[in-house]
Parts: sequence; structure tokens; C-alpha cells
Amino acid sequence: MKITESQVRYVAELAHLQLSEEEVLRFTEELSAVLAYMEKLNELDTEGVEPMAQVLFEAEETATLREDVEHETLGSQMALANAPLAGSGYFKVPRVIER
Amino acid sequence: MEIARLDIDRIQEDLRQRRYSATELVTEALRFAERENPKTNAYLHFCPERALAAAARVDERLARGEDPGPLAGVPVAVKDVIVTKGVRTTCGSRLLAHYIPPYDATVVVRLEAAGAAILGKTNCDEFAMGSSNENSAFGPVRNPLDPDRVPGGSSGGSAAAVAQGTAVAALGSDTGGSIRQPASFCGVVGVTPTYGRVSRYGLTAFASSLDHIGPLARSVRDAARLLQVIAGRDPMDATSAFAPVPDYLAAMDGKLDGVRIGLPREYFRDLASETARLVEAGVRLLERLGCRPQQISLPTTDYAVACYYIICTAEASSNLARYDGVRYTWRAPHTETLADMYRQTRGQGFGAECKRRIMLGTYVLSAGYYDAYYLKAQKVRTLIARDFAEAFRRVDAIVTPVSPFPAFKLGEKINDPLEMYLSDIFTITGDLAGIPCMSVPCGRTAQGLPVGMQILARHFDEPGMFRIAEAFERAGGFGGN
Repeated sequence: MKITESQVRYVAELAHLQLSEEEVLRFTEELSAVLAYMEKLNELDTEGVEPMAQVLFEAEETATLREDVEHETLGSQMALANAPLAGSGYFKVPRVIER
Repeated sequence: MEIARLDIDRIQEDLRQRRYSATELVTEALRFAERENPKTNAYLHFCPERALAAAARVDERLARGEDPGPLAGVPVAVKDVIVTKGVRTTCGSRLLAHYIPPYDATVVVRLEAAGAAILGKTNCDEFAMGSSNENSAFGPVRNPLDPDRVPGGSSGGSAAAVAQGTAVAALGSDTGGSIRQPASFCGVVGVTPTYGRVSRYGLTAFASSLDHIGPLARSVRDAARLLQVIAGRDPMDATSAFAPVPDYLAAMDGKLDGVRIGLPREYFRDLASETARLVEAGVRLLERLGCRPQQISLPTTDYAVACYYIICTAEASSNLARYDGVRYTWRAPHTETLADMYRQTRGQGFGAECKRRIMLGTYVLSAGYYDAYYLKAQKVRTLIARDFAEAFRRVDAIVTPVSPFPAFKLGEKINDPLEMYLSDIFTITGDLAGIPCMSVPCGRTAQGLPVGMQILARHFDEPGMFRIAEAFERAGGFGGN
């Protein structure tokens, strides 16, 4: 599978990743090589094989439900402590809606 | 005390005999680690207040005649992808250079409840993505046995600290070999437990269906002592297993008579000759100890790397979406719009390997490609797991090399991502199948580089795996001290 420069730009857009021109060129080459290698999987017949969505789980489906008891939560001061920008109990981001 | 060579049994005995206090031990361990660390860059930062507070609690319990816990006073290191409340946790990433977690991972709580003293946080590839530790934003780790070589990755700092003697044991994380491969490169023991055996609450997520936490130590016994403490169901991790945790040390009875060992032929081709020679010598030693080796086949082995790098990058692209400049400390300066802030923060914050994996993962999950890549890989994963299940009907454990070659030179493979990915061939299968596996030292090359032997076992058969590893280590004189 050869991946094109414009596909790399499109995927970067999907991933919200700013890439330099040099990175676009490098990833076009590197991802093409890796994806070509991954074509190998097509040699295997997987007709009728279930995808492995769950690694291992030996208990009842409801086993992970805990008792509904109150417990302390972080609190907004702690939760916001690592925010690059916070105010009035919120995470602040650049304006999204024009007034 | 010879700080760099202590083991857990010895520390417990010394504390009981009052040869030194936990506070004296931890003070000395911190002094030694801070002095030696520049040689390897194994630790990113230390947390002396926290370590000394843990030691003081042990001393108080001892003074009151109480049980100080199975890891009382033991100086340990924790990989910097595992969160520690109030202690910086960077994941080896520029994005999290100043991140101070508001809570402790379950494994951290359990280590400290058992009396261990966490000295500091260890270096790793950024978000645990890498096989050489060269992807850390804070500089590579050097192999303590040869400073021109890598310690392996991604838990390179943990392996180097244990090998160097600046920690008695350490926690690492393993998604595709990140505990076992650095353990083999540094000549220590590294254990990847069964998927779900250890809670991942507080482990920064990389690929959630593959992520494990496990111990590294200088002996099988010490590694098992750590696993004993951290294993077990945790309500905070829905994927953690309910299965009771057996007594791992009790399983180490040295009785290997008739234990059936499978040697998958796919793992013994194309090896660097010295690696093959040492692992084959290891198999002969197991045979002398009573094991019955037999050749087996795991036919899907050749597809494992492709399968793994589709699944892990897909999951990583989703898990790393949270680093968007809103909640986690760093945001690119001078951005105008929200979308621009996301793009700039992520573009400037992530290193090359993380970007490469986000790109690959986003691509294989994108519309039109999902079935061809991700779904196909998940089906192949079923076949790989089935190969192991089939093999374990005929053998009790599987023995292989950990890596096709010993520690390589810094810079040697960093420019060829595919070649770096292919070097994970022997370790990723265990993660894909979710079975327990470990690296135990099996000798050194003519150049003095350690080689690890891998032991893989059935789901939850850590006791059987440890029984083989401990008898092997004892008979071969490979105990790290």
C-alpha cells in the first residue's frame, strides 16, 4: 500500500496533528513502508474467525459492577491543578463562538 | 551494607536484626542512586521526601513490634508512565514535563502499603513507545554494562536502575515487550504477568488491550515478591482479574521433573549466533534439571509484528487523543482558534515516534480502511492466541529467546522504524495472547553483553513459570547479585 502526501495531510488533520513539510515527506515514505509490510496479513485466511475484542475475562458480565456507595471525588481545584489555563472552576480554551 | 547488591530477603533479615533502620537504608540508597544516576540517566527525578516518609513508617511499625510488610524498607523505582500523587509523572514526554498527578496508581499504593520506598521515577520511551529508550524527551538511557549501548525499551530506565544497583527492584510496563526486552539487554529478570493480573489504574494508557504492569529485579524471587504485592483484583480497573493470587514463592520448589518445554521452531531461525548458542545452552540446562524439551510450531508467528503494530497504533491514536492542550499542563503558545490549539499543541508536544504511531493508528482506523487493517488484525490476533492455546495442550511452558540480538549501539536502529518494530518479534506474541511471560538471564556474549531467555506459560500460570525460572537461575548461577 503506497500512501500519498495528500493522504498523510488528511490523516494528520483527522488526528489534529500539525506536521511540518519535512514531516509530511518523511511520514509518506515511512508509513508506506510499514503499511506495505502489513499487507502480509492478507496471506492469512481469516474467513469465519472471530475478532479478538476481549483478551481474557473469566467472570460474570455484571461482576465489575460495584456497590453504589458514596465516595470522595477529586474536587474542582485538584482537577484543574494541571490545566494550562483555568478560571471560575473551568478549563479555558480559545474562543469557539463569536459574540 | 553493599547497597547495589542487596536483595529483599537480606533487607528483611537485616531490619529484623536491627543492623540498620529503614531510614538509614533509604537515605543511603538515595545518596547512592543520586550519585550514580548521571552514568545512565535511568531516573528522571527522585522523590526523597516520599521515600523517607515510607521508611519512617516502616521504622515506626518495627518499633511497635508490628509486621512492617513484605517489602519493608525496599528501595524501588517506578517507571514514569505510572502516576504518583504529588510527584511529577512525565511519561518521557515534553507534553507532560510538568504534570503532577492528583492520585496514585493502584500498584503504587500497594507497593507502599507493603513497606516499599519509592526512590524516584524512571526514564522511558515517550508514552512507552519504543524498543531502545531513545524516544525519551529527556535524553536516552545508557546501558550500565556498556554506555555506548541502549538499555532496551521502553522500560529502559527501570531495567538500567536495577542492573546498576540504584534500585533493588522496579516497576515497568509492557505492551509489546517493554519489560522483557530491556531486562534481557541489562541482564536482569523482567516479568509480564497475565493480562488483567495486575491493575492498570494509574498506568498512562498506550494500547489498552495490550498494556501490562510488571516487576523487574535482580532475581526471580525478588520479582515474584513484587508481583505478589501488586497482583489482584482492583475495583478501579474493570479489566483486572478476579482469580485469587497464589503464593508465588511457595511454587519455587525446584521440581522440574517431567515438565514439558516447547521450543517453537519459528523462534530459533535467523538469530545472532551467540544469542542462539546461549539460549540453546539454557535449554540443555533445563533438560539436565528434569525438563523434557520438544520442538513445537507456532505457525502464525510471522504475522505477529504486522498484527501488533496495527492494533497498538490504533489503540494509541485513540488513547493519546486526550493530550490536546486543554487539561494536561502544556499548551502551544500563540494559538488563535481551538482547532489550531489542538494541532499546534500536539504537533509541537509529541516526539517523532508518537506522531508516527498516531498517524498509523488514525490511518488504519479511518473510514474505508478499518476492515482491511484493524478488523483483519483482530482476527489474526485470535489465530495467534489459538496457536498458543493449541501448544499448551502438549507442553507446560514455552522457551524462546527474548530478542534476536543483544543490546545494540545508541543510534544504530533509530532511523529505520520498520527495522526497530521487527526487533520486537519474540516478545509481542505473549502480549497479543495475554499470557504470562518473563525474561531470565541465560549468560553473556563474548563482549560481555547479557542475553535473556524467555519463558511463556498458560494464562495465570505464573507459579509454573516462576518454578522453571527460579530453578534455572539457581542452577546456572545467573542470580544477578
